[in-house]
Amino acid sequence: MKRFVHFLLLFGIWLLLTWSLHWQDLLAGGIIALIAHVMLGDIYPVNAVKILNPVRFFWLVVYGVTFFSYMVKANFDVAYRVLNINMPIRPGIVKVRTRLKTDMARTFLANSITLTPGTLTVDCVDDHLYIHWINIVSDDPNKETEIIVQHFEKLLERVFE
Amino acid sequence: MNEIIGLTLLIIGISFDVVGCIGLVRLPDIYNRLQAATKCVTLGTCMILLSVVFYTGFNSIGVKALLCIWFVLISSPTGAHAIARAAHRSGIRLWEGSIMDKYADDREGTEDIA
Repeated sequence: MKRFVHFLLLFGIWLLLTWSLHWQDLLAGGIIALIAHVMLGDIYPVNAVKILNPVRFFWLVVYGVTFFSYMVKANFDVAYRVLNINMPIRPGIVKVRTRLKTDMARTFLANSITLTPGTLTVDCVDDHLYIHWINIVSDDPNKETEIIVQHFEKLLERVFE
Repeated sequence: MNEIIGLTLLIIGISFDVVGCIGLVRLPDIYNRLQAATKCVTLGTCMILLSVVFYTGFNSIGVKALLCIWFVLISSPTGAHAIARAAHRSGIRLWEGSIMDKYADDREGTEDIA
């Protein structure tokens, strides 16, 4: 049943992309969705359906709004550093800890960190994320974790765990 | 009205893309350049695609643009992460002005010298 949901999802994306209900398009979409499903079906997160729970969905929306505001801030931050004559950067790679356990939540956390001001995820080993930071403000690992990770961690914990 | 919104978003998106390109040229090493390339170019491209949605309306082109926004948001940070990790693993050092490199410190013991 859950594998069938995955197939339907792929087929739906195909329908949106082609935007036609001609039988040739439907046939090609069915074959391609089946191939993608057979090749990649095992990495599809089986419990992804639990996102449909209204409470989780509400926090997903809150996360989306927070994410977007940080993304806009990140762009002005980069613009300020790039267009400034003196280029005020103090780059380096720092190590932070995350409380999140599931793969899905960690993926979202790493991608969110990459798109937020001045940080870029380089690697994820066990509980630790290695992050390239364009303007390091402190040498204390706890404070770094607080600045980089926590505002997303709290929201993602409610959405995915 | 939709045309005005679309054109405004287009201008904003292109200016973010320009800033990203300037960063790509000005910043010192690959990791800093990736920062500029990922952030500015992602939001800039999303804005341009969104302007397409406003400009053409909700038809086949608009839906494709919306799907592309989702794909860009997923794939751009993942690609940047892959490039940064590969660069670090193949031995590219950080810029001389960098403060610290915990990743290199932690990997020193386990590293097979390439």
